[in-house]
This record gives sequence, structure tokens and C-alpha cells, in this order.
Amino acid sequence: MDKFSGKIWVLGDDIDTDIIIPTEYLALKTVDDMKPYAFSPLRPELAGQISEGDIIVAGKNFGCGSSREQAPEIIKALGIKCVIAKSFARIFFRNSFNNGLLLIENEDLHDVVSEGDNITVHVNNYIEHQEKKYPIAELPQNLVDIVNAGGLVKAMRKLNGLD
Amino acid sequence: MGMTIAEKIIAAAAGVSEVKPGDIHTVELDRLMSNDGTTHLTIDMYNKLKNPHIADVDKLVWIVDHNVPCDSVKTAASHKKMRDFAKKNGIKFYEGEGVCHQVMMEKHVTSGELIFGADSHTCAYGAVGAFGTGVGCTDYLYAMVTGHSWLLVPETLRFNLTGKLQEGVYARDLILTIIGKIGANGANYMAMEFGGEGLHTLNMSDRISICNLCVEAGAKTALMEVDDIALDYLKEHGREPKHVFKSDDDANYAKVYDIDLSTIKPIVAKPHFVDSVVDAKECVGTHIDEAFLGSCNNGRIEDLRAGAQIIKGKKVNPMVRFLVVPASADVYRQALDEGIIDTFMEAGAIVMNPNCSVCWGSCQGVIGENEVLISTGTRNFKGRAGHKDSFVYLASAATVTASAIKGEIATADMV
Repeated sequence: MDKFSGKIWVLGDDIDTDIIIPTEYLALKTVDDMKPYAFSPLRPELAGQISEGDIIVAGKNFGCGSSREQAPEIIKALGIKCVIAKSFARIFFRNSFNNGLLLIENEDLHDVVSEGDNITVHVNNYIEHQEKKYPIAELPQNLVDIVNAGGLVKAMRKLNGLD
Repeated sequence: MGMTIAEKIIAAAAGVSEVKPGDIHTVELDRLMSNDGTTHLTIDMYNKLKNPHIADVDKLVWIVDHNVPCDSVKTAASHKKMRDFAKKNGIKFYEGEGVCHQVMMEKHVTSGELIFGADSHTCAYGAVGAFGTGVGCTDYLYAMVTGHSWLLVPETLRFNLTGKLQEGVYARDLILTIIGKIGANGANYMAMEFGGEGLHTLNMSDRISICNLCVEAGAKTALMEVDDIALDYLKEHGREPKHVFKSDDDANYAKVYDIDLSTIKPIVAKPHFVDSVVDAKECVGTHIDEAFLGSCNNGRIEDLRAGAQIIKGKKVNPMVRFLVVPASADVYRQALDEGIIDTFMEAGAIVMNPNCSVCWGSCQGVIGENEVLISTGTRNFKGRAGHKDSFVYLASAATVTASAIKGEIATADMV
């Protein structure tokens, strides 16, 4: 996971958990059943357009609202490699790492990118966009381990020699 | 260096004498609440563990409150999974008793505890000086299996309250004003601590309402100084405090706000964000299709009394559905005893069983395309109460009831 590139989708501030997955679809059986409805109140076509390895770049307070863990699970199931935002709501932050979804905070990138641009993420170091570098903070090793394992439960199984 | 209430609770739960913001500690949890929003997911993950076990079953409380009674075959299956697991493992289990946070306040929470709830509004427990924080089902599972978890010590915002709310102004107006002031992420990752002389003028219902909504400013937890009103509440409910912590005089705050309660006015939060607040008078005349009085934020007896006082002898506007949903069975019974349920029914309101109802937008009272709801619920996100193109305004029980009578947004002095 040291370095990866991807096409970006740009979203605004305060993308809440009811936007990420509206309540009415939570009763569906699996995350795969739910994922076509991701972001549907805002951009109903978006879930169908996202490809494996794409990246979301958003404004402040991404993931605010409910503690529903289906929100990061669905973003991951859509194939999103990581979400980069100005800031994340705290419950969503924990839930994302626990489900193996990488989150990166950066104040500046959102203001300069356009949807469809390509960026390269050098994990724990910087993001590269049109030959300009945007520094990012280093993640604690335990969070890196959890993301690499695919989530907290998988990381615990690995740690305890169950997988 | 002195510590805030949040820091003292974390220090006690971590078994250390001092903590400071930014430290990460492994903490022992006192209580673990989960509801039918995500418990089925926790059970699925639990069953995938090798030799799964529960660290201390007495700490677990499971509450079915989001879809009660069950609204579909799919929900029935997830409720059954939760009910069967609780029974098999001896977990405290409530169904139809009320909204989880109200049930927790009435039956379980006490001062000084550290509580994880698999629901974002768990911060309500700060009303009695408990550190409640919302987590996802994976964090919940980890805590359920190990008995502990990790916490980053949050910075604390301090709110010094002075004065007294004016007649016709409610705790809901106060907390919406605060969220409007600091913004929907103004307290992200932080604790919000309330104290000062003005706190003593607020009853327990007010305090729960204020703490409950702090997550809408991004807060990790909300905490109020424990005074005689809080201690009396615990005593009436048959509980003793675990610890009564007070912030030290030299505690370190990220920011201190002084709020004079007498300056607060009736407020409405407009669609689609809790911090889009305006003076209620600015929304007067806005068409509504439905009004909702209920939820963990404003479904207590004090809220029902405020609504009943306004609607007594009047009628719900014929073009409006007015849903009245007591937050718990205890509240419901109290409202029956006081004749409040009769008052609402005579006025033409639809009185329903205790549950999350339209606040969570999948069960009762969902609104259709282009419809407008005025609500005492917790959130007004786009699509929160039903169709993606519908609109939710948040306000106090008094403003919601007055609006139900007028058929458009109105304040209590207008009816």
C-alpha cells in the first residue's frame, strides 16, 4: 500500500451518512445489495460510475451523522481505494479503519482538483496532483496494520493466528 | 495540570492518575448499549470469531427501538437474530420499552461511567455526568469480546451557562443555537462540557436533550457537571453515582463559551443541516405536511406537556399529520395518567408506541416526494425522513405543536 494512483470523484462538505447510504436501503440483505444506492440522494448515478481503485476527494466533516457501519463498508465495496477529505467525523473515522477503508486528511487538495483528475497517493508521505505535492500525516502503525489486513476483525484474526 | 470531566473519566477507566488531550489509552468500559440499527451485524461478526465469548455479559444492554413494531419480513429476521442471541447469552434485552437512550437514562446510566453505544446519540448520557460515545458495530464487537477498547483523549470545549431560559424557550432552542454558533463540525473529536449557575435552572429532560444533540456538532461526548438535580434523578431511579467528577479550576479547555440563557430565542434548523439555524420567526408561514413530536431528543413527559398545553382545546390542521410518539413506555404511562394522551387524541393527533419513528426515516410516518416535516427529531439531513427530495425542519416541541395546528411553521405565541 506504499503508493497508488487513481481517478478522483469530488464531493462537497458535510457528506453525511444518510447521503452515503439512506436508511430505507439498510434493510437490504448485503452490502453488495446496498451499494448501488450509495450517495443516491445527492448523485444517484455516482455508484454506477465508480470503478475499482477510484478515490473520493471531499470537503470538511465527511461521514457526519449516524454510527451505521454500512457507510464505510459500502464505500469500500464500491472499490474506492481511499477517501481524502479536509476532515472526517469521528465515528465514521473509526468505522472506516475498522472496515479496512483508508482515510487521509488534507486541507488543500479539495480546493485545486477537478473531478476525473488522476492523483497519486504516497501513503504516510504526500499526495501528488499535476506534479504538485501535498503533504499528509503519518498514520500510526496499528491503523496501517488494520487497513492492510482489511479491517479490525481480520487484523485480530491474523494477530491471533486464526487466518 | 488540572483535568476536565472527560479527562477524569478516561483516567479512571484507564487506571492512570492523569491523561491529556491527544493521548491514546486502553479503557475499561462500564456499559455497552446496542440497538436494532446494527446489532445483527455485530452478531454476524461475532459468529465468525474462533471461540467467541462475551467479556462481561452484565455490561451489555440491547434495545429494539428503531423499527418497532417490525415493519417488514427483512427487519423481522434481524430482530429475531438479536432476540435469540440475547436470550441465549443472557443479555439484558428491551423491546418496545422506548428509544434506546431514554431507556438507558431511565434504567441504567450513572455518573462517572464510560459507555459505548452503537448509536451516535449515545452522548446523551452526559446529562448525569457519564461519558457516552457512539461507536460502530466493529468497535462494539471488540469491546463486547474484550471488555475494553482504545480512546483518544479529546480536547474539551467548555460552555458556562448563566441566567435562565425565558418562558416559551426550550433546551432544544439552546442546543440548536450552540450548534449554529460552532457549526456541524465545531466540536469534531471533542468533548462538550456544560456547567455554571445557569445549568441549575435546567431540568433533567432539558439536559438530556442538550447532551443528545452534541453529536450534531461532531462531539465525541457531552458532559454536564453533576449537581443535586442530577443526583436526585439517579436516586429516584434507584441508582447511586459511580464517581462524581468536577473539572479542576486549572483544567485546560480548547475554548470557553459564555452563554446567557435569557438571550436564547425559539430557533428552527432548516433543511438539510442541523447548523442551518435561524430565528423561528424567519420560517413562520412555511408550508408543512407532517409534524413529529417524539424521539430521544424531545419525546419526554416535559415535551409532551409543553405540546399538550398548546394544543388543548384546539385541532390539528386537517392537511397535517401530527405524530406524537412518547420516548418510552414510562413516559407513555405518565402521559396517560396526566390526561395528555387524551388531549392529543381529541385534537386529532396520531399517538404511537414508543420508538424512533420518523426521526430515523424507515418505519413510521415516512414523508414522500417534496413533502415537508417539522420535527423534534435529531437530524434534518437530505432524505433523512423519507424521500430524497423531501424537507425536514427541526424545532422545539412547542414550535412543532403550534405548527401542527396552523398547518405551517408557527411559534407557540401565534396559536
